[in-house]
Formats: sequence, C-alpha cells, structure tokens
Amino acid sequence: MERPPVVSPVGTSVPRVDGVAKVTGRALYLDDLDAASAWHGVTVRSQVAHGVLEAIDLDPAFDWSQVVVVTAADIWGKNAIVLIEEDQPALVPIGGRVMHRDEPLALVAAPTRARAFAAARAVRPRIAPLPAVFEVDDALAGAGRLYGTTNVFKQFLIRKGHATDAELDAAFAGASQVIEGTYTTSPQEQMYIEPQAMMADWRDGRCHIVGSMQCPFYVHKAMKALLACGPDGVVITQAVTGGGFGGKEEYPSMIAAHAALLAHKAGRAVKIVYDRDEDIAATTKRHPSRTRHRLAVSATGELLAIDIDVVMDGGAYLTLSPVVLSRGVLHAAGPYRCPIVRVRGRVVATNHPPHGAFRGFGAPQTTFAYERQMQKLARRRGEDPLALRKRLALRTGDTTATGQRLEFSVGTDEVIAAIEATAGAPPVRDGVNAQGAPVRRGRGVCFYFHGAGFTGSGEQQLAGRAAVAAVGGRFEVRSSSSDMGQGSITIFTQLAAAALGVDAADVTVIDPSTSRVPDSGPTVASRTAMVVGGLVERAARAVRNKLEAWAAAHDFDPTGENPRPAGRAVGDPTPLGGSLVEIARAYAATMQAELVETISYEPPPGIQWDDATYTGSAYPVYGWAACLVDVEVDLDSYEVAITRCVQAVDVGKALNPAIVRGQIEGGTLQALGWAVLENVVYKEGKVANANMTNCIVPTFADAPELETILVEVPYPFGPSGAKGVGEIPMDGPAAAVANAVEDALGCAFDALPISPEAVAQARPRWGLS
Amino acid sequence: MTDYVRPRDLDEALATRAAHPDWMVLAGGTDLMVNAPHVVAPAGILDLWRLPAIGFVRVTDEAIAIGAGTTWHEVERHPAIRARMRPLAAAAREIGALQIQARATLGGNVGTSSPVGDSLPVLLALDAELEVASVHGRRRVPYRQWCTGYRTTQLRPDELIVAAHLPVPGPATRTTWRKVGTRRAQSISKVMGAAAITLDGDVVTEARVALGAVAERPIRIAAVEAAVRGLGLGQAAEAARAAVRATIRPIDDVRSTAAYRREVAENLVARFFSMS
Amino acid sequence: MKVTLEVNGVERTVECSPWKRLLDVLREDLRLTGTKEGCGEGECGACTVVLDGEAVNSCLVAVGQCHARRVTTVEGLARGEVLHAVQRALVACGGAQCGICTPGIAVCAAHIVDHDLIGECDDQTARARVRELLAGNICRCTGYQLIVDAVIAAAHEALRGSGSEGGAERRADNGAARGGDQV
Repeated sequence: MERPPVVSPVGTSVPRVDGVAKVTGRALYLDDLDAASAWHGVTVRSQVAHGVLEAIDLDPAFDWSQVVVVTAADIWGKNAIVLIEEDQPALVPIGGRVMHRDEPLALVAAPTRARAFAAARAVRPRIAPLPAVFEVDDALAGAGRLYGTTNVFKQFLIRKGHATDAELDAAFAGASQVIEGTYTTSPQEQMYIEPQAMMADWRDGRCHIVGSMQCPFYVHKAMKALLACGPDGVVITQAVTGGGFGGKEEYPSMIAAHAALLAHKAGRAVKIVYDRDEDIAATTKRHPSRTRHRLAVSATGELLAIDIDVVMDGGAYLTLSPVVLSRGVLHAAGPYRCPIVRVRGRVVATNHPPHGAFRGFGAPQTTFAYERQMQKLARRRGEDPLALRKRLALRTGDTTATGQRLEFSVGTDEVIAAIEATAGAPPVRDGVNAQGAPVRRGRGVCFYFHGAGFTGSGEQQLAGRAAVAAVGGRFEVRSSSSDMGQGSITIFTQLAAAALGVDAADVTVIDPSTSRVPDSGPTVASRTAMVVGGLVERAARAVRNKLEAWAAAHDFDPTGENPRPAGRAVGDPTPLGGSLVEIARAYAATMQAELVETISYEPPPGIQWDDATYTGSAYPVYGWAACLVDVEVDLDSYEVAITRCVQAVDVGKALNPAIVRGQIEGGTLQALGWAVLENVVYKEGKVANANMTNCIVPTFADAPELETILVEVPYPFGPSGAKGVGEIPMDGPAAAVANAVEDALGCAFDALPISPEAVAQARPRWGLS
Repeated sequence: MTDYVRPRDLDEALATRAAHPDWMVLAGGTDLMVNAPHVVAPAGILDLWRLPAIGFVRVTDEAIAIGAGTTWHEVERHPAIRARMRPLAAAAREIGALQIQARATLGGNVGTSSPVGDSLPVLLALDAELEVASVHGRRRVPYRQWCTGYRTTQLRPDELIVAAHLPVPGPATRTTWRKVGTRRAQSISKVMGAAAITLDGDVVTEARVALGAVAERPIRIAAVEAAVRGLGLGQAAEAARAAVRATIRPIDDVRSTAAYRREVAENLVARFFSMS
Repeated sequence: MKVTLEVNGVERTVECSPWKRLLDVLREDLRLTGTKEGCGEGECGACTVVLDGEAVNSCLVAVGQCHARRVTTVEGLARGEVLHAVQRALVACGGAQCGICTPGIAVCAAHIVDHDLIGECDDQTARARVRELLAGNICRCTGYQLIVDAVIAAAHEALRGSGSEGGAERRADNGAARGGDQV
C-alpha cells in the first residue's frame, strides 16, 4: 500500500508541541500541581554578610505545634550542595561561618504559607559578625580569608605566540598604537517569571523531588551526597519550568535539599515556592567583572598583541565560578587574528551571595571589553567600524587565542555582510523626541562569537546519552534535557520524527525524570540541540533501522493479518509498504517489549584540548554574530532609547526558524536590558533592590522592534548542521549599545549599565560636535 | 477574620468610616494590596470600589470635578480632560500600565500622597482642591496644603476623600507635564514635573511649577514661580533652572541619585518654559 | 465571608477572608491554576484576569471586592476546544516559550483585541500601541517581538470578523458591571 511521503519537519517552523497547553493555562508548573496535603516550606536566612552562627533560638511565645523546624543538625548525610566543589552547605551549622546575606540557616514547614512565614519570623539566629569583604580588590588582597589564603576560586593564564612576559612587553613596545581600557560589567538577575519552586515527598523508601530546574542530574548528584543514598534512593523530575537562563542550573539543588529535609522530618510532602523578593535576594546572579584590555596595533592596523586581565566577583561560594571564568577567558581575545595573546583571569570570593550561571556564562562580560576596544581602534584609525571587523576577523584556516585552527562552519563573512546589507543610513544626528526634548542619535556595531557546547574535552568526559524507544505504536524520546522555554521538546520531536520518518504526532518527549531517562548532561552551554539533539537523531535512526530490519526478517506485511505475506521472500531488501508506526505496533505485539536505543556521545574528530595549558580546540565549533544598534539619547533626561537593533546570527542550521528567532530575540533583549536598564544594587552585601519594582527588566514598551537575520553555515557534526544558539545573542549587543552611545555623545562608556545617571555624570566628557 | 463592608452610598460609607477608623479604606488596591500575604490583615475592609457617589467626572466651564473613585483609565479617556487638562490625561496614561490604570484611583493616589505619586504634581500645578467628607459634613482643602510630610496628609480618621476639583486653565495658560521613570512604562518616577504657565504674549505673568520625587512629598517650587514672573520665556527658562538648582534637595536611593534628580529636574523645568 | 462571583460564566461561591487575594482564591479554592503569580506586587502581569470588563492584576484584588462580580481567567478564553484568536495566534507565531507569562498575556491581549483598544491606525502605530497596552505584562523569554506579531495578527482577524456573532458575544460577556450592579 502506498503511503504519502512524510514531510521532513526539520528546518520548518512547526508550532511548539506544548504551545496549546501554554496558551490555555493547562501546562502545570510546580505550584500548579495538585498537592493539597503538602506543607509549605520557608527558609530562614542570615541578615549578616559574614560571621559565625552561634545559635538558633526559637521564640518560646510562638505556637510551634503544627510546625516542623530543620537545622543543619538534621542532616544525616553530607551538609553540602555538591557541584564542582563541596564548600557550600545546605544549611550553616552551629559554629559554622555565615558567608553571605540571605544565606540559608534553618527551615520551617507548616500547613499554610501564612503559618510558615510566621514561624520563620519566630526563628532567631544569633550570629557573631566578622568584617565582610565586598570589593574584589580587598578580596585579592586576602581580606577575610574567605577561600583558602588567597580568596581566588580559580585562575587562568593563557599564552599564545610567546612564552614570557618579556616577549609580550616587547610586542607592545614595538607597536605603532596601543589601545587600552578598563571595562566593568554589572551583576544581572535572570528574572525568570516563574520563581524557583520545588516539592519533595518521601514514599516507597525513596525521596521524590519535582520542580523547576534545568539539570535533573545535577540535583540528583547533589541529593545523593546530602541524603547519603545510592542512585535509586532519590528521583528527580523536572516540572514544566517557567524560564531559567542559567538561574536554575545550580540553585535548584539547594532548594531540593531543603524540601527533602523538611519532607523527611514532617513525614509528608513539602513544597517550597520562593517569593519574588526572596528569589532576587538569595539566588545567583551574573558575575560582575572588571577587564583590563590592551591592544598593540601595527602601523597598517594589524593586531600585534592582546593583553587581557579579567577579574570576576564569585560571591561567597565557588559554585560554577571556575567554568564561568573559563568561558570568559576563552572568549576574551575575541574573534580576531592576533599572533600574540595573553589572557589572565581570576575569580575571587567575596561576601556577596554566590554568583552563578546566566546565559553567556562569562562571555558577555569579556565580549563587552573586546568590542569596546575594537570600537576605540576604529575611531583612532578613522576606519569604518564594520570594515575594521571584516579586516581583522577570524576565518576558516585562522587560529584562535588558544591555537585552535578553525576548520568549518565559520560564518564571519555572512553575518557581517548581512549587517552591511541591511544597515542603511545612520540615524540623523540631532532631533527632538515626543517629550519635546532634544536628542542625539548614534549607531554602534559589534562582531562576536560564542563557542557552542562544553569546553575542550568536557563533552567527552560527560559522555552524555539519549534514548529513543518504540513503545507500542508510539515513539518516546528519553533525555535529561529540560525545556525551560527554549523549545527543546519541539526540536527533539522534529529531529526524532524526521529520522524515524514518522509524523511528529507519533513522537513524545517524556518528562525528564532521573528514573526514566539517561543522563544527557545539563541543559546549558548551548549544547541541547547541537549535542543532545544529535544523540536523539542517531538514536531515532537506530530505532528505525532495527525496526525495519526486524520487519524484513519477519516478512512483515502491514496490510494483512498474518505477518507473513504470501510471495515475499525472506530477506527481501525492497522497501516495505508499511509505515514505521505499524511496524512498531507489530513489534510490540510480537515481542511484548519496547525497543530502546541509547546512544552515547562521540566527539567529532580532531578535538585536541590541553586542560593544563588551556591550548587547543576550546570548543568543537563557534557561532558567529554581528549586531547593529541605533540609539537616541534624550538630552533632558539622559535616557538611552534603543531605536533599532539588528542581529545577524550564524546558527549552522535553524532546525525550527520560529524557535530560533525566539531564542535570538529573547537573548538580545536581555543583553539590551543589561546594557541600559538592569542592575543589581548591593548595600552591605545585601541586594537593595530585591523586588520587581526596583530590579527592573525591559517591558514591551522598552523593547525596540527587533530585527533578526538567520544565517546558516552548517556544522557537519550537528544534527542537520545545527550548532548552539541559546547563548550567543546575549554576548554582543551591550557592546554595540555602548558603541552607539559613544557615537552619539562623543565620549567613551566603558561601564555597564549605561544608565541615565551614568550618561548625566559623563556630561563633562561629552564631545558634541 | 477581616470584616467587610461594601457601602451602598456615601452616607453608609461615612458611617462605617466613623465607626471603624482603623479599617482599611480600599478601592483599587494597587498600593495597599502589594505583597498582601506578608502584610498584617486589616481588622476590616471598607470597600469603596465602584461606589457611585465618588465615581464621576463633572464638567463645567470653570472646573472639572473628578470623583475619588474614578480610575486613571477613566480619567485618561475622558474627552474633556483630554481637551482641557491634557497633562492629567498624560499622567494617567503613565501610571503603571493598563492593569494598574484600570484599578488605581485618584482618591488612592491622593490619599497615599507618595512623593512619587504620578498625578500629584499635576494636581499641584493645576491648583486642585480636594473635597473630603465625614459624618459631620464636608470641607475643602487645597491640594497644595494637603501633604504635610512623607505619606502624611490632612485626612482625618473619620474622613473620606470625595473628589478633586480642578479649575480649567484659562486660554492664556499652557500646562505641561513630564515623568522620567525607571523605564518606558510600568515604572516609578525618578523625577517628575508639572507646570501651568500663564503668558501675556511671550512674557510669563504667572506660573505654578510642581515637582515630584525630589522631596518627601510632591512640592510646588515657590522660588521658580517668583523668579519667572515678568520674564520672557527664554530668560524664564534659565531663571527657573537656577531657582530649581538652588532649592531642591533630592536624595540618593536605590533607584537613582541626588545628582541625577537635581540635574534632570532643572532640565525639565527649564524645558517647560522654553517649550511653552 | 461568603463570596459569590461569576468565574468564566459559572457562579462560584467560596468561604474565606475577604482579604484573601483573588489570585489565591482562583488558584487554591477554585483550582484554576492557569493564572500565575510572578511577583505579588502588580509588576509582572502574570496574574492578569478580566474583572467586570477590565484587565487587572488579580494579586492586587481582595476577593471580598469580587462579590457579585464577573471574572474571566485564561481558562475562560476558549469556547470549548475553540481557542480565542489571540491564543491561536500565539501558538502560530511562536509567541510562547516557557509559557509562564502566557496566560496573563493571553487574557490581556484578548481583552485588547475584543475591545478594539488598538484602534484604527497604520501598522507601525498599531505595534507601538500594542506595546504600550501590554507593558504591564513582563516576558523574559521572547524579547516580545513574536508576541506583538501574534496580537496584531489576532487584531486583524477580529477586524475581519467584526460584527460577527462571536465578537459581539464576547464583548457582552466581558461587559463591565457598573453603577446599579451593586449588592
């Protein structure tokens, strides 16, 4: 029987699989789950940034019946949130050091939220204060002995084209021009609209945890240590997650720990849902940074040497700081040809709440620095900014700062050409806006790259796996990748359906639960489509091959009742008339089992990486992008309005163009917000603007009409040529904004945010012609 | 448990207010309900939402009276307010966003009289008069006398705000307003100003200039009003700028800085004159 | 206090403090979890519902105030399995990513479209107007672009179908209770 060909959905903008559930409000986030008998958990937090926890008193006047209290003394396993290191406790023990404001000290649970809040207020920690350290320079001087003797969580030194500092100095001495600057970037709150939430329940001898998260197996690893159990002693399941952006990469392990401890003591399910204010105050932020960047340039405008020193504030615990610094350092020299590069990076401990993962993960910070530098170089040379980028950019065959030779999928020319083609005339310099204020307009561009996937041999070490299963007449995708809005459920559905040759409706991506899916690795690092999607595709192909082979071996004929048709020879290689769905159904009926293919990661050839010297192929492939921003500065209010923003991004292959556009536009606006609107204000180590009123993000009215140009320079080892897209749009636009404001006002803006206050303060430096 | 009364008319509202001065007077709730689960529940709620006696816009040639229960959405779309008191409509449109404008009321804004209340500098510049009532009768208070300190007003414990009476500016009077918030919409003011400038040709005969977010309450700047009298608009702009600089003492806070507020306030007020 | 209110066309009665937030009554007492809490202070719009014909933040409404009033939540936008034009457009245009802000946006945008708050104007003005009208709904995932596309598409569809039974019916349902509708 002839079947109509299945249109391959890869590369088409099929609507999201979970779209209808989301627009109807039927999608169930953690706080929507039916949990009528669950108690509510609330965290008691430190009001001191640095000190020794002497005691935890309970107010005797409070009615403690119907309340459960948990302290570190209740932890029978390891009192640590295990991540890279084990320095961060789940709860500070008596006699232990409190390391930051809003650090968890104790937990309470009660039948209602109101009662739990009241109980939390009746818990009285006593802390003997110690001098607190908030400035990175104080930390670098060793103040506070917050981490070892140096306070340095991690440092890197990368050298390319030289062996000693003397050689580097000689390169600078021989330069025709030296461009030098210090660039600072601010902390940034992820502001996922669903606050962090987790629920734990102990039943059938194990702990079941469900919640808002990006990395079920990170939580799983942390819980095994905390609860001193084996891999089957705890089950972690991701609920529908309302945004993450990195903010739910590591922090969920802390909340999971708290929920698990409370549930254990209460003997019932306990749910913890953070208040927005608490979420902003206590959870991780983007690392603030300071980068000193020096460029040595020849008379003909070639880069002779780059010298970078970046320092990041890691906050009170190590969490992911080494990896954030790593990515920052590996991107610091930028996508430009330069024979001699030195990059030094340090991330230090302070008594701020720990900083952590946020889209871009160190690269936005160092990209801001290098693209500001390139702007200054262009201005110094009187060269068109895009032409300069084009002239100096890395292309296929060039080597990066780590000595990686770029072999394929380098979209440099395509993205720059796209911006050139669409740029049009720059905005008219002077004007008046709708409020009647005079305005100055300017344009800025930038060019940048982002390494997709884990650094170096990270993917190999992780050895992620994904599976596809034929279950009855349906196909299941089983991976730990968490859809937090970026559309992985839909992408995997498309990839699996195309590889299987079936309709997308026959494919289900199951909820990531550690008891039902293999560890595909965390949902981070722009690796989900590129790496895990590749595993899904291969697994689906393997299932198809197995099913077709089985059908051929059993002379499967879907048109008849008897699986063995008359006249068809055993082993006949001609294509079968039946669909894979029918074959799968027959397989299930005959074999009484599901068919599962699990695929492990295999690195593409030629990835050589030396972790000791930080040289070699830092990333399997890079995304490339160019950005153009027009701004209008109100000369009465000093507000910077972004009137135009264009991003041209090489994504290898847009597996679902609408989803890819959505990712680019979302990341772009986060970057624009970081550039002019957003900030986290610390006062004595506490977040002073811990509510949505004062910790603002862009509204509909703040966002310009975003223009997105999708460029495809395929990556041979990605599914259908795709490479990572989730983070790259975040890296560049802030620099483009700063470049545009400099163009408008004639002076440098090297610190984020470029707030109205900063613009006003710079007025003596303005150079309005 | 919290008590609740939804009065049918103003008499019932006033009687309830007199009997229970500790009850929360609630209309739109856009200020009072913020973080409600963390706020101690009130002993009772006197719900004035949609009380007909305070929900009106009454227009005469001399004045527009706006009931305290009128929402900013209703203010913004009223044709007479748009035509004759454009700054008030403009301010209404920049209070929060759609969902806030649908609930926030003039009475709420005035009753709280926060230093960053978006309509308040306009009420000052238009020299509004408040009408308040109690079981003992009614009285009128010029809005310029209403605020006595930070979120402190002349409202007595048994009183309710009934309306604001705004004189219609004469043909020779230009009215302007500008809010500089933390972002383009749904924002708290960093600096905000309103002005009613009466001209004879190009010369300022009288001015009322008000600023918000630069003091503990919205304020008229008497120094500006005195300095500009009799000046041409260009000179008036510079005189106004100097007077603002010499007078206001804004603060640093989590949203902005004193230096920024001072400089922008000068710019706004100077622009009110140069743009008139 | 016994509060009786009409929710999505059905009369519901709850017994609780009049101070309890409408948001909590919807989610906990009525188990209508489509309406979300993102901030608790009326900043993010994730809790948007239509109350007596106005789009409001349900986190700022005390349930006592809702006695004898009409509420429409995201669950009430569709007619059975037929989605509202805004919902269909959000799906078709890719205007929902993580989806937590989506119910609030769907309710607010449906209100905007049903009451023709954009008005008649060119496309550029219409887009600016949509941005202003939706500025009380924060989305962190999309950058807003595809949502604006979706709302404009739904508005065009409504204009084409204006005067039809569906549109008029919807307007009546969302009509305000004013003046004499007091208890």
